[in-house]
Amino acid sequence: MITFEDVTKIYEGQRRAALSDVSVTIDKGEFVFLVGSSGSGKSTFIRLVLREYRATKGRIFVAGKDLGRLHGWKVPGLRRQLGVVFQDFRLLPGKTVLENVAFALQVIGKPTATIKRVVPETLELVGLNGKENRLPEELSGGEQQRVAIARAFVNRPAILLADEPTGNLDPTTSIGIMKLLDQINRTGTTVVMATHDATIVDQMRKRVIELVDGELVRDQSKGVYGYQ
Amino acid sequence: MRHTLREAWSGLRRNLTMTFAVIITMWVSLTLFGGGLLGAQQVELAKGRWYDKIEISVFLCVKASSGRNCEPGQDATDAQKQAIRTALETNSEVETVYYESKADTWEDFKRVYKDSPVLADMSVDLMQDSFRVKLKDPEQYEGVVSAIAGLPGVQAVQDLRQYLNPLFQWLNIAKWATIGLSLWLLLAAALQIATTIKMAAFSRRRELGIMRLVGASNWYIMLPFLIESLVAALVGAALACGSLAAIEKFLIIDRAQPSLKSIEWIGWSHVGLAMLGVVAVGVVLSIVPTVIATRKYLRV
Repeated sequence: MITFEDVTKIYEGQRRAALSDVSVTIDKGEFVFLVGSSGSGKSTFIRLVLREYRATKGRIFVAGKDLGRLHGWKVPGLRRQLGVVFQDFRLLPGKTVLENVAFALQVIGKPTATIKRVVPETLELVGLNGKENRLPEELSGGEQQRVAIARAFVNRPAILLADEPTGNLDPTTSIGIMKLLDQINRTGTTVVMATHDATIVDQMRKRVIELVDGELVRDQSKGVYGYQ
Repeated sequence: MRHTLREAWSGLRRNLTMTFAVIITMWVSLTLFGGGLLGAQQVELAKGRWYDKIEISVFLCVKASSGRNCEPGQDATDAQKQAIRTALETNSEVETVYYESKADTWEDFKRVYKDSPVLADMSVDLMQDSFRVKLKDPEQYEGVVSAIAGLPGVQAVQDLRQYLNPLFQWLNIAKWATIGLSLWLLLAAALQIATTIKMAAFSRRRELGIMRLVGASNWYIMLPFLIESLVAALVGAALACGSLAAIEKFLIIDRAQPSLKSIEWIGWSHVGLAMLGVVAVGVVLSIVPTVIATRKYLRV
């Protein structure tokens, strides 16, 4: 589903590589933790998968597409197969829960009938039924992140990318979010989650890929956050 | 589509003052530009068929004309015409000689005076035939003029440019002044549109970011902004077209034409052409700055 072949990324105007010589393959339906301290290259990894940037060296394949050869106008097509969740939720403040989720389908031209059917289904899946008409500011952090997950998942993407999705949440709420991501993973969706929350990683016992200063130092199935 | 139109409409309303500013700048600059286009067409019309092709016109004797070399009441004879033609064609300063018959002149006359009562009193017999002469060097006209002026059958020799150049000089200055001024104003309008759209895009940057992430196409993201600037530009262009129509009606048809009948004046077809130019420039000037201004938010 995702393959990195000797990928190096150096941002413009910088000397140090944000990712250096990373090779890794993530199969369909896997749940993978991407761990490492801030600045280790986790976010860069996710942004490369999204084709927000191109790799400086090496090749990246996502959902069968060679991103180095993907034309700019085909990037929207790639992103329709990906869902993304961020630490800061990124909801639209003026729109209700329902509108926020429906927005993701409207702007890719889905028919209204489909939107009316799929959005409530997805909101129920993430456990937000009854809150469709709330505004984001009226929701707790955990609920806001559920809206963001619903928005990322509403188009049934092949891959869900999550960049520190529990970074702004307390431990109890985080567990709820992790259960939801696990549930989504069980539908066959590949989940890649960048985090530095050791407790979560240790509890879930999923594949762990560790980055240190842009280098891949560990790739372990059913791993924990650190060796210590 | 509904989403796109709603976004465009809310964009126009949100930046109401900027929208007005864009419309007014567009209106004034496009009117000036269209005025320049009208002026250019007027110069071409006033030049007539010959101005760009020849330097000297040799008018021949006709029944109604009088001159030192003319038999009173007689047309120049064919022999005289042939002698004049030969004299012109053998002159080393002459490049080309055209003959304009009375019938040709009559066609021109009818075109210029098409709506005038003067036409009723004229006929093809009252027209004057002529030789139109192109010189190798336009500055060297004196030799040719003196060689031809005394020949029998020549009523008058005229250097067309001597009469028309001062007029055209002023017309040309006016034309370039309006077009030059309008270019600066059009630049201002384009910058204004770019700024307006940049502000609109900035105020919606969260939405645009999410649209990009979920895979909305660039076209879909840009369309509301394009419509927004296109509407403002087209309203400005429509006002400019109205102004050009007013110029044609109140300045040219009602004033200029009745007072100066000897030249052909621009008509509605010329105004239509200028309007096309105005609309085309308006469209380009709204699309290009919008594409440039939104590019930053579309970069993948």
